[in-house]
Amino acid sequence: MMVLGINDPWIWSIYILIILSALLCVVYGAINWNKGDDDEDDDIPEDDNITLDDLDSY
Amino acid sequence: MNYYLLIAVFVIYFVMVILVGYLAYKRTHSSEDFLVAGRETNPYIMALSYGATFISTAAIVGFGGIAGKYGMGILWLAWLNVIVGIFIAFVFLGKRTRRIGRNMGSVTFPEFLGRRFNSKFVQVVSGLIIFCGMPLYAAVVMIGAARFMETTLTMNFSLALLILSVIIAVYVFYGGIKGVMYTDALQGTIMFVGMVILLVFIYVQLGGISQANSALTNMANLYPASALADGGTGWTSFPTFNSPYWWNLVTTTIMGVGIGALAQPSLAVRFMTVKSDKELNRAVLVGGIFIAVIPTTAYIVGSLSNVYFMQNVGKIAVDVVGGNIDKIIPTFINMAMPEWFVYIFLLTLLAAAMSTLSSQYHTQGTALGHDIIETLRSKKLSDNASTTLSKVGILVAVVLSLIIGLSLPGSIVALGTSLFFGICAAAFLPTYLGACYWKRATREGAIAGILSGTLSSLFWLIFVFGKTAKGLGICKFLTGAPMLISTMPWPSVDALCIAVPISAIFFVVVSLLTKPLDEEVLNKSFKGIDKKSKGDA
Repeated sequence: MMVLGINDPWIWSIYILIILSALLCVVYGAINWNKGDDDEDDDIPEDDNITLDDLDSY
Repeated sequence: MNYYLLIAVFVIYFVMVILVGYLAYKRTHSSEDFLVAGRETNPYIMALSYGATFISTAAIVGFGGIAGKYGMGILWLAWLNVIVGIFIAFVFLGKRTRRIGRNMGSVTFPEFLGRRFNSKFVQVVSGLIIFCGMPLYAAVVMIGAARFMETTLTMNFSLALLILSVIIAVYVFYGGIKGVMYTDALQGTIMFVGMVILLVFIYVQLGGISQANSALTNMANLYPASALADGGTGWTSFPTFNSPYWWNLVTTTIMGVGIGALAQPSLAVRFMTVKSDKELNRAVLVGGIFIAVIPTTAYIVGSLSNVYFMQNVGKIAVDVVGGNIDKIIPTFINMAMPEWFVYIFLLTLLAAAMSTLSSQYHTQGTALGHDIIETLRSKKLSDNASTTLSKVGILVAVVLSLIIGLSLPGSIVALGTSLFFGICAAAFLPTYLGACYWKRATREGAIAGILSGTLSSLFWLIFVFGKTAKGLGICKFLTGAPMLISTMPWPSVDALCIAVPISAIFFVVVSLLTKPLDEEVLNKSFKGIDKKSKGDA
């Protein structure tokens, strides 16, 4: 079977996979465009952060 | 070609880059600004910066040239770039990296691992691997860009290296990661426009997608003998299974670069530059389109250049360029495209090189200044002193790359790129995945995973992998034989295929045999993630 002028399914299928993957990224980005705003972790207090001294040395 | 016009275009481009770098400098006030852009990067800038850093000149010219000789099998790499390099990276690793990085106050990739596993050792060793391994990658990208300035502007190669180093060093030094990312976004936009024009042009020129591809399929009898001998089967068919080219294509190029991208420190750090998951969601859309267009175009154009050359000069691409496949894409552009596009494409290549280089300098410099020196000092530094230390690291990185760039032999661009991606995957991939997803992973497991991956990868490169073992000559010097195992397919199997599983086994087994991390560290690392996962379920 020749698709897009190519016989080998290993090659023409990759054309289709690239297009589908790009579409997946577009659809995912569009659906989640306004989702995932930072909520509860916006207010991590400064002193709550780990400093070098807190790390074990090995 | 009008050299005055070309020089004018270049000068305008450099002025724009410096202006954007200056803007970043004005907006950089703290060490968090310098290292992770204050964690407030716009998603468009983040996505373009990620993509432009990902795709260097090697991907366009080097791999495009491979497509010109061997054909479209390399398009599998373009697919992995989109599905693994963008979708899986952003959705499954990016979000957790951002959140854990923020929870733990990490500002570099080694620091992310170090704090997640509560270990200075992990941070310092990861910094060392990056600092020692990256100059090779940076040097080959710089060589690519300087060679191209040498040929197009008829400029001395060493002078080209020096000019590039100084310009990039200035905006990385003063603007930090904001300087890197803002200029990346500008350069990414230039790259995208250039490649879209090229993709449309080649298919229109050759009569449409099916017609152009059919013409290439029908040229199978002209496929180069040297490519056939390596295992290639035609420009529009996949190579023979188990042949040297099959192993090289599948393990070094497709898997090494396609999967290795997940563990690239200069890419992973970008996840920590955005404020929330929303920016990452939006960046998936922008990055997906960007990466789907740029490498795909390079590989399609490389392959189809054979049709163009055959129709116009009666030769296939590899014969037109006298065997030097790095010249296939530039020669095609010069012969087939209108003159105005040649200028745009030259800028596209320069932008691709500079955007990758700037991130390399930044990652390498912060590895030395922030992850190695600052971590080894027992006292915590002030914000200003910390930034200064990173800047010193960046200067050392620039000088080191310049020295290596001036001393490396030719034809090393693609190999150097694949090598560094492979070493990073071996050293960091299992540990990085575990850091994001596996709470039972321990500090000792992480250390074992990183060290075993790095050492086994180096061993394979020095003693077994044909290209590097022969090139380095250490195996021959020590054992008298060029490689320890000469039976196929081992000399063609990339180090990644051996070292990543070894690293994963060490990481998992040692983790299971050692004491779990403190609950407190785990709770802090995964704060916000557990709640979210439960909410999702």
